[in-house]
Amino acid sequence: MNYYQLPSFGRNAWIIWYRNLLVWKKLIGPALVLHFGEPLIYLFGLGFGLGVFIGDIEGMTYLTFLASGLVASSAMMTASLEGTYSVFTRMVPQKTYSAILATPIEVDDIMAGELLWCATKALFSGTAIIIVAALMGAVESWQAVLAIPVVFLSALCFTGPAIVIASMSPSYDYFNYYFTLAVTPMFVLCGVFYPVSTLPDVMQVLVNFLPLTHAVELIRPLIAGTEMQNVALHIFVLGFYAIVFYYISVVMVRKKLVV
Amino acid sequence: MTQKPEIVIRANKLSKSFGEKQVVCDIDFEVEKGKCFGFLGPNGAGKTTTLHMIEGISPISSGSLSVFDYTLPKNGKEIRSRLGIVPQEDNLDPDFTVIENLRMYGVYFGIPKDILEERIIELLKFMHLDDRAKEKPDRLSGGMKRRLTIARALVNDPELIVLDEPTTGLDPQVRHIIWAKLRELMVQGKSILMTTHYMDEAERLCDELIIMDHGKILDQGSPKDIVKRHVENHVVEVRGEYLLLMPEFEKLKQVRLENYGDTLFCYSHQINDIVNLLTGKSDVSYFSRLCNLEDVFLTMTGRELRE
Repeated sequence: MNYYQLPSFGRNAWIIWYRNLLVWKKLIGPALVLHFGEPLIYLFGLGFGLGVFIGDIEGMTYLTFLASGLVASSAMMTASLEGTYSVFTRMVPQKTYSAILATPIEVDDIMAGELLWCATKALFSGTAIIIVAALMGAVESWQAVLAIPVVFLSALCFTGPAIVIASMSPSYDYFNYYFTLAVTPMFVLCGVFYPVSTLPDVMQVLVNFLPLTHAVELIRPLIAGTEMQNVALHIFVLGFYAIVFYYISVVMVRKKLVV
Repeated sequence: MTQKPEIVIRANKLSKSFGEKQVVCDIDFEVEKGKCFGFLGPNGAGKTTTLHMIEGISPISSGSLSVFDYTLPKNGKEIRSRLGIVPQEDNLDPDFTVIENLRMYGVYFGIPKDILEERIIELLKFMHLDDRAKEKPDRLSGGMKRRLTIARALVNDPELIVLDEPTTGLDPQVRHIIWAKLRELMVQGKSILMTTHYMDEAERLCDELIIMDHGKILDQGSPKDIVKRHVENHVVEVRGEYLLLMPEFEKLKQVRLENYGDTLFCYSHQINDIVNLLTGKSDVSYFSRLCNLEDVFLTMTGRELRE
């Protein structure tokens, strides 16, 4: 097998997606508590709590500012968790992939299915936050609906790196490197809780290379009903991360599973 | 005139290396349709690797390999759609129940829903799992898990069933049930390819056998022929203070002695002389039996411990 050939996308990817959906449906109770409960707590606690001191920010209430940031960060979190913990579980201890590879389904199908699934799961959590935010009066425009495909795109961009980590790690503990050194810094620095413009200049430059910044910049105006800026640039950055890291992740997993 | 047998697997100078390490070296074999073909060998002999190459899961390093007239590595997908694969370690989907495991596997094969549902019911009955259909795999015993794994491999009605150590770690009852089921499948016309390190399993099931060690084929043939070729008819196993009797043993004609651990193995075509020598000796115990594959195996592959 040529490990470096371009990944193929076939209909079989949807079978893997469907498998994960069936499993998710079995655990829908805890999933819904997570998807709706978390944003509710964040928005109540931080949105109202901090919002009192902050007042309006970039022409919107802090609740809206925070809600739109959390939609973006939840795409990152959901895709990162699914791409590391869940993919690793299926790949290593559970041997689900080995079982699947004994059928006509191939590694590329599995990877394409996982990519679609991680993004779909992020879509569920992103949509839940938008619903919660809307119920709290934090959504200012119907164009918030357009944030849903942006969540999907953002999640695609975080799935690749997560699977790369899953394929490299000998055990779950090694994910700490990725979460502490990549995911948490993005969560804190990329404009989820405060505008990136308040950071020192050097930091602003650095932060602009991180995908979450661009996800936030796309999603925030859609939810706040404000004007969008640099749309093409943001989409390009997210797409770039998605494609490059997906390719790397497929190569890594091929090397791991096809020996 | 008998018809020329149909060949389902053809391997020619098949080799596999992992980096510098060659685990399968230039092996040749053919598997006939409708037969049970076995790979017998100690751990690390290259059996599982050979199966993975046949399944199109592990790319071959050199040589040629064809399955159902498809050539690997090109047609792995087409080959697997006609194979039933039972891996060494159960890898059932823990998130699904017994019946869901079968259903999901059918979906991986793209089997139409109505055919699939009918077949699942048959398979649950065939493997005596019908009253467990709604349980999760972690609630099943080892034997039930194995039966479910075999049922899962049959979901695409395969022509060739590939089993990697199908009864390792199972209790005698379950092993007999599984053997009976495999024989039933052969009667239905299916071909079977299996690895084992159980000699009794190979003798019971296999029409044709390859004895493998260190990636090479040591011998090939029917279990009976292989036994006849390599060892005498009988063996007497002696334990206890037999060292004192060694000079007398060594005087016996047409007896081959092998000493392993605390036991002396006396191989011979007839055992009267050996038994006469041992009768009445109070400080040794012994028993005699027919030679089997185990004797061949230990003679050929040595008795040092394998990982």
